[in-house]
Amino acid sequence: MTRMLKILKKPVTCMLIAIFCGFVVSALILFATGYNPTQSLAIMFNAVFSRPKFITNVIIKSTPIILTGLSVAFAFRTGLFNIGAEGQYIAATIASTVVGISLDLHPILQIPIVILSGVLVGALWGAFIGFLKAKFGIHEVITSIMLNWTTLYLNNYVANSARFHKPESDGTYPINDSGLTMILYNWKFSEEGRSFLKNNQTLNDILLKTDLNIGFIVAIIAAIIVWVLLYKTSKGYELRTVGLNPHAAKYAGISVNRSIVFSMLIAGALSGLAGALYVTGSSSHNIHVLSMFENNGFNGLAVALIASSSPIGCIFAGLMFSGLIYAGQSLQFKTGAPSEIVNIMIGTIVFFVALTQIIPVIADKFTRRRSEHVK
Amino acid sequence: MDISNEYAVQMRGIEKSFGTYKVLDDINIDVKKGTVHAILGENGAGKSTLMNILYGMYHADAGEIYLNGEAVNIKNPSMAIKHGIGMVHQHFMLVDKFTVTQNIILGNETANAFGIINMKKARKDVIKIVEKYGLKVDPDARIEDISVGMQQRVEILKALYRGVDLLILDEPTAVLTPMEIEELIDIMRNLINDGKTIIIITHKLKEIKASSDDCTVIRKGKVIDRVKVKDESKQSLAEKMVGRKVRLVVEKTPANPGGKIFEINDLRVKCARGIETVKGLSLSIRKGEIFGIAGIEGNGQKELVEAITGVRQVESGTIKINGKEIQNTGTRNVIDNKISVIHEDRHRYGVVLDFSVADNAILENYRKAPFCKNGFLDYNARDRFTEELIKEYNIKPERCKGTRIRRLSGGNQQKLVVGREVANNPDLLIAVQPTRGLDVGAIEFVHKTLVRLRDEGKAILLISLELDEVMDVSDTISVIYDGSITGIFNQKEADEQKIGLLMAGGKENDENA
Repeated sequence: MTRMLKILKKPVTCMLIAIFCGFVVSALILFATGYNPTQSLAIMFNAVFSRPKFITNVIIKSTPIILTGLSVAFAFRTGLFNIGAEGQYIAATIASTVVGISLDLHPILQIPIVILSGVLVGALWGAFIGFLKAKFGIHEVITSIMLNWTTLYLNNYVANSARFHKPESDGTYPINDSGLTMILYNWKFSEEGRSFLKNNQTLNDILLKTDLNIGFIVAIIAAIIVWVLLYKTSKGYELRTVGLNPHAAKYAGISVNRSIVFSMLIAGALSGLAGALYVTGSSSHNIHVLSMFENNGFNGLAVALIASSSPIGCIFAGLMFSGLIYAGQSLQFKTGAPSEIVNIMIGTIVFFVALTQIIPVIADKFTRRRSEHVK
Repeated sequence: MDISNEYAVQMRGIEKSFGTYKVLDDINIDVKKGTVHAILGENGAGKSTLMNILYGMYHADAGEIYLNGEAVNIKNPSMAIKHGIGMVHQHFMLVDKFTVTQNIILGNETANAFGIINMKKARKDVIKIVEKYGLKVDPDARIEDISVGMQQRVEILKALYRGVDLLILDEPTAVLTPMEIEELIDIMRNLINDGKTIIIITHKLKEIKASSDDCTVIRKGKVIDRVKVKDESKQSLAEKMVGRKVRLVVEKTPANPGGKIFEINDLRVKCARGIETVKGLSLSIRKGEIFGIAGIEGNGQKELVEAITGVRQVESGTIKINGKEIQNTGTRNVIDNKISVIHEDRHRYGVVLDFSVADNAILENYRKAPFCKNGFLDYNARDRFTEELIKEYNIKPERCKGTRIRRLSGGNQQKLVVGREVANNPDLLIAVQPTRGLDVGAIEFVHKTLVRLRDEGKAILLISLELDEVMDVSDTISVIYDGSITGIFNQKEADEQKIGLLMAGGKENDENA
């Protein structure tokens, strides 16, 4: 019993309970709307796990939201609410596309330049928000939301511009091949590659049928770097102090304003990395005219929430999120159930994550009551 | 004692636990009608909890409450008010932008059929009560414009307006000047003469002696003794409260000051609202001297500290330590020039509540060796340092370095802060209200530490709203009023009356004020 209570107090347990509750509620809703819940959930499960291709796709799709999730989580740990991840992401896709089309160098130079241009622009986007907050005290949520829309229209301007617009499409040209980051891209379409993959069903599935790229690995490395930065360095200590108590930070000789700009710079860079890796790693390697946000940044908010702003947790939350979206499409395709059911599921999970913060409190109470009985 | 209607309040066998921690254990209390009854105990003894039970904020796990000899079940504060119980909390519950009258009638408005408040009648009623008890409050003044002492009277008025017979005052003198305390005691007397009963929660012995008839001493959730106040001395009350011999007087040898080390010259600082609140302040502190600044809140103390620590811009004037000007050079430079601060509001300025004790221990030195190597934190060095502090300053619980500091008691949090600042080995230590909210034992410890540092030749600037503290601890006592130092005394020649007068804005040698 005591051991169970101890397990209940772990954050991971809360998360699992929340996810479970999310599934239960979704099952109830499926049932209420006339779909067989067990069958639907089985379809969803299969949609993710039945073929290596599916798993690979889930991993690919998780990359941007892991990174925007990291961006939001990092900012949150330092006391900032980066709702601007969406705009930073879009800004980075613009930059990477423009640079990727304009330049055509050897991949060894081209890939880093294209990615870094996105990261840099994302970082500037974030730092601008931080600067406005530090200098003029304008709340970052206000400026981020406005900047998100500004960026959306900037995206449409570039996508429609004579220089980059691809005729008879709704977007730009794709970036030059030298900037692509798919794994074994040239080899897998060569004679040699094709004949090799023919004999290996699994690899064939993973490599040939998907855009498997380096993004996920980069995202994991980024998560580890963010964790080290926050918890192992003196800079991270400083940022966390500002996040938890800016007054104490000020009196301890920490420049709160500089800290805010730096935090937003890093947060923006992370969102920017998400955008840059998306352009270089996933087809169609360009930007489109957007009528609405694609939610890669906003989904990052949910990822960070589910992960309780833990950098490493973002990897798992991002994977789960991506899996759910992927499975939702399949569910709609196979049973006709609205894909919104997945949104409900995600919403419920986020809701329960917030709710399960009280589980440790309840567990604590139980522990105390028990020890009283022992007395 | 039997249950009888001679008593305004009788509580029997009250028990209350928070989690596994038993805050109150079989408490019996008898408050006679028409008396001032003091509940004396250290912080955390359970006295506020007990009164919150009486006021319906908490529910007792066991026990009964009798009012005027009748058993009652008080479920919430509004029931308590209906039963004629009023409570003035330590932290006032007033709306800053409202006038005194508006605050008093809030929640108890008399209105006509259309829901329009009859302010005229309300104002008249308030004035009637004000005159009856000599409360001296302007019914039309806004809360934000009146002093803390006035605000307290508004709280008392609020209770009286609701027609209470029993008034509970929770640490009422914590924020008052000596004169305001005297006035409060007068008001209490007026109320008693009118047949009201007062319960006063406090750990201050002087005020109990001056105001109360009976006293119930509570220690660690148990009633230790019930006494007639006139039969007791301050010393005997203190010993009952703490449970051991205590020194009420700060023990120290005469100061042996050295050369001037810290100097402020004609300092002018504006507050956050852009109004000049430090107006040409000058002072100088010598090595091995405790320099105390007494004064009522809001006379520029806050801005003075902010200016010294580099958090606030200095308009003009100089601040020098070791001959070096440090005004407007940034907090980091101030810290590097060996100035350390023990803050008044440790939760806000002194610690990060959600950091562990260990992380709090390195708050100012996280970027210096040995805690930081090449930009990476050395957690072993941090933990070793924290363990030393825990041991040296007897911080409880002993194995707390990984616990969030939020979970430590106020006294233990302050011990860590004091230890941390002392470990900085400062040339000047600024202590702002260093004992606020601490119990007798912890206060004794903090004062001893200040004296020890002084004896080691450090300069200490003590800023406190508690005149007793400034007078007991300091070697040189000064008074701040309206942004400048209006008087400086040697500890030996300091006179409480005179200082109290200066604190209220009177002039030195002004007999008529």
